[in-house]
Amino acid sequence: MYQFVSGPLVWIAFAVFVGGMVYQFVTMLRLAQKDKVIYPYMSLKYSLRSLFHWIIPFASRNMRARYEVTIVTFIFHICLVLLPIFLLAHVAMFAFAWGAKWCVMSAGAANYMTLAVILACVFFLLRRVMLPEVQFVTYVSDYVLLAIAFAPFVTGFAANRQWFDYETTIIIHMICGSLMLIVIPFTRLSHMLFFPFTRAYMGSEFGAVRNARDW
Amino acid sequence: MSPLFYPEKDSWDWDPSSREISNIDQWKLDFNEVQEFVVSPDGQKVAAVVQNEDETFTPCINGETWENSFEKAWSLKFSPDGRLFCLGMNDDEWTIIEDDRPWEDSFEYVWNLKFSQNGKGAGANIRTSDGYGVLLNGEVWENKFVQMRSVELSPDGVSAAGNIQIEALSEGDVAKFRQGLWNIAVDGKPWDSNFLNVWDCSFSSDGGIVAAEVRLVSGRQTIAVDGKAWKNDYRAVWKPIFIPGSRDVVAPGLTTEGWKLLLNGEPLWNKSYNQIWRQTIGPDGRKLAAVVSPEFGQWTIAIDGISWAKTFGDVVLDPVFSSDGKRTAAGVKESGKWTVAVDGTPWPEKFGMVWDPVFSPDGKHVLAKAWRDDSYMLVVDGKITGPAYENLFDFVFSDDGTKLLIKCVENGLCFRKVIFSKDLT
Amino acid sequence: MGLPAIPIVSDLGLDETAKALNTEQIATVVNRILDQETAARFKVYLNTCVHCGLCSDACHWFLSNDRDPRFSPVGKVKQTLWEIIRKKGHVSPEFMKDCSRIAHTECNVCRRCSMYCPFGIDIAYLLLVVRRICHELGMVPQFLQDTVNSHSVTMNQMWVKQDEWIDTLQWQEEEAKGEIKTSRIPLDKEGADVFYSVIAPEPKILAQLIGNIAQIMAVAKVDWTMPSLDGWDNSNMAMYSGDFEIMGRVERAHYESALKLKSRRIVMGECGHAFRGAAYDGPKWLGWREPPIPLIHAVDFYHELLTTGRIKIAKKFETPVTVQEPCNIVRGRGLGQKLREIISMVCEDFRLPEPGLEHNYCCGAGGGTINCGPPWKTSRVKGNRVKAEQLAATKAHIIITPCHNCHSGIEDIISGYKLGMHVKFFSEILMEVMEVPDELKC
Repeated sequence: MYQFVSGPLVWIAFAVFVGGMVYQFVTMLRLAQKDKVIYPYMSLKYSLRSLFHWIIPFASRNMRARYEVTIVTFIFHICLVLLPIFLLAHVAMFAFAWGAKWCVMSAGAANYMTLAVILACVFFLLRRVMLPEVQFVTYVSDYVLLAIAFAPFVTGFAANRQWFDYETTIIIHMICGSLMLIVIPFTRLSHMLFFPFTRAYMGSEFGAVRNARDW
Repeated sequence: MSPLFYPEKDSWDWDPSSREISNIDQWKLDFNEVQEFVVSPDGQKVAAVVQNEDETFTPCINGETWENSFEKAWSLKFSPDGRLFCLGMNDDEWTIIEDDRPWEDSFEYVWNLKFSQNGKGAGANIRTSDGYGVLLNGEVWENKFVQMRSVELSPDGVSAAGNIQIEALSEGDVAKFRQGLWNIAVDGKPWDSNFLNVWDCSFSSDGGIVAAEVRLVSGRQTIAVDGKAWKNDYRAVWKPIFIPGSRDVVAPGLTTEGWKLLLNGEPLWNKSYNQIWRQTIGPDGRKLAAVVSPEFGQWTIAIDGISWAKTFGDVVLDPVFSSDGKRTAAGVKESGKWTVAVDGTPWPEKFGMVWDPVFSPDGKHVLAKAWRDDSYMLVVDGKITGPAYENLFDFVFSDDGTKLLIKCVENGLCFRKVIFSKDLT
Repeated sequence: MGLPAIPIVSDLGLDETAKALNTEQIATVVNRILDQETAARFKVYLNTCVHCGLCSDACHWFLSNDRDPRFSPVGKVKQTLWEIIRKKGHVSPEFMKDCSRIAHTECNVCRRCSMYCPFGIDIAYLLLVVRRICHELGMVPQFLQDTVNSHSVTMNQMWVKQDEWIDTLQWQEEEAKGEIKTSRIPLDKEGADVFYSVIAPEPKILAQLIGNIAQIMAVAKVDWTMPSLDGWDNSNMAMYSGDFEIMGRVERAHYESALKLKSRRIVMGECGHAFRGAAYDGPKWLGWREPPIPLIHAVDFYHELLTTGRIKIAKKFETPVTVQEPCNIVRGRGLGQKLREIISMVCEDFRLPEPGLEHNYCCGAGGGTINCGPPWKTSRVKGNRVKAEQLAATKAHIIITPCHNCHSGIEDIISGYKLGMHVKFFSEILMEVMEVPDELKC
């Protein structure tokens, strides 16, 4: 079992993730032609201007107004992306499989960052349950997606702390991680791919066409 | 500045000369108010509505006012055969005035004064206490309608048509509107069936048939010819034209694949476009050119379905054919600057505005009126020719193409100039 | 969730249409629109939205209805599009009635929410897709549809007949001449610098605004014209009902009229939605990336006249003023700064609204909402309490609104919330303070 999830499953997950992302990307580009205005309106300058204002914390008005969401969201996304890439255990596995190596983060940092992701997920859950405007637009799928994002981190944390049987936990962790990779391209988690493009288009339409700011 | 048919052109003075027609700056001293200038086709008369001392209005021609004056006067125009018309009002009654002679009947309102292609017919929309109608060559349509919003004259000037509302509609009555209250009346007689909307219409070259853009129901538009809708309909259509000497109608229509040019309701060119309009028939009556947009925000001319290679980002205006039909030109705008493109190649010189180009009768040269830096200029094959004018009216070639009549204003003086065409280049 | 019931409003345009529709017809139209008329933006927006609700605080309807989630931008999408898509278009006529209520009467498509969405999702565009579906089903509020019918017949939004239009211009020219003797409204003048277009309420009920512009043009010595035939109305409610074919026809008439007269630019009166239709939605449908002739909003034009000194100010307006910044020229054109500059140039006591510029609240009337007519007025006024609070906080007496929809919308807010303030167009203030050279005076 361990052999399967730490080997073929991970490769399958990566393949589906990469393949799915490429598929979504190509589909988007193709559909963008049908939309007629997208390519003619796109502007590199205003795309970057918009991205700039939305990837820097508090650079937009709503990020300042909803500061708590901003703080949590930035921490969550940064940790979510950096952790899997720079975690010693992950790098070691890649090194073992490929012989490729890159820098790793300290165990302490990894610990805190995992905790941050877990707490952020709890925050998002509470927000979804408690805020009427979020609750109103919440489907079961939103909880499922949150759980899918939450699972690899909480299981990784548990494995690291050896709260339960390590081998079982790590197998569950790897399954969760693979599952997350697999579903990203085909669910709303694909915002990971689309974010720069939706922002770029809106930035271009606001800036290049309508001469206004979008933040 | 499309090359109008001037019936009297042969009889004009074609001797090369430059003659002052009137000192129009002087008019500004003579009258309280001088409105926009118009010049007769032969260039012998310059006219404008002016305000007299007694605050009435009247046309002034070469410095002399008409005997008739009006509380209001507007729409001053020379017909292609050189008669001067305007719309005038006294005691709340409006009429058409032709060469200082008011037409017999007067109306609550008169507007949309138009001339037929041959210059013989003059008509306008009218409102009377009985409703709306048309006044054509002094005759009023017997039938009146709830509303009328256009008038088209047949090429020979003996018939008129326009869109009419056949029943009154209270504001807000969306149910009744949906029944279709619009139609076309030709010489006062409505077609048999009504439509949700009726927009522009065109006469066939012999004046016997009328085609119009109609909307059948929301989202379905088509062309109706003598009241009968094409069997196919489209999301949208534009104004139809007739192929000269035939019953065949050409109009653009929006299909699920894009805009197509249609002949009697069937695709004419095997292509669809992002937009197609301003279809124009060549002088041979067969060749067909239109303004097309092959891609969003790109415009060009297509002739019989073959597009110019060069496209323009802002605007392309009506295609103009040379008399042999072999060449085409059009006013184009790109990056905010106007110029003329001939056979797909834009002139390097750019302007603040250009008027429709005119081919010399031999088709070798292209002329256009242009505006830049507060003055008008004559541009020949892309080169500015002659002085900067305060105003430049249309210019006309003699039939043999050897001479060109230019009507212009320089230093407050209106001039009529006839020059040899060969001196242009 | 214990939310209060949405009051039932009777509207012929919706009620009668619902009776004649069935689920199959709805599904056919929905699927045709979604297949043929939507593409990348629609699909990516739907796939990207993470249901975070962060757009909510952008919406004046949400804020004014005590944070009722049904009025949040994403809440409106949920109640309409998400359901339509989930059921593959197989929704009931009653459901579509609710869609029209939400999309036509409870959203001003003001696009403030797209500035609050972290992804920049154009939520207003999604609601315009809902409107498009509604239009194709004939599910449009009666008064809005009547306005569109007027556009389809007359190319103007208030059934103004051709003779009435010209007659009004001639009457206003006379009136203007009574004040400034060189005033004219040159009809169909070829080659003028400015083609001036208005919206139909001007000739219909506010004709003095046309007389005012004739005087302003005379003082500024502008070479201008107005067309005698159709194409003079720059407004476009078909854009908002979802009738894009009529929208395109109306916009084409406007531009063809100016192209035919060889005008170098179009200056339009003080209206926001008309600017949007003429600058973006109309040209886009017709295939122009930009308007074929430069389109200048009145605010931009007055800025030009004032900064170049063609209009001078005799004495500044003293009553305290604030401004209603129209979405379609501020978020839609970035004219907020220029608007503030011209107000500062003519007014002594200008009090800034907060929030302002691109973040200003919509008047609540735009996006075709006010054209949905009297049945929907109560909910519209209720849905913009924040605007009343924003205006009241300035303690100004006059609200300058360079937009017709804003003008009427703000008047409704003033009376609905008893603010005791007054609404003026910028040109009305300018008329009071403009320096008129002696030789032009009657």
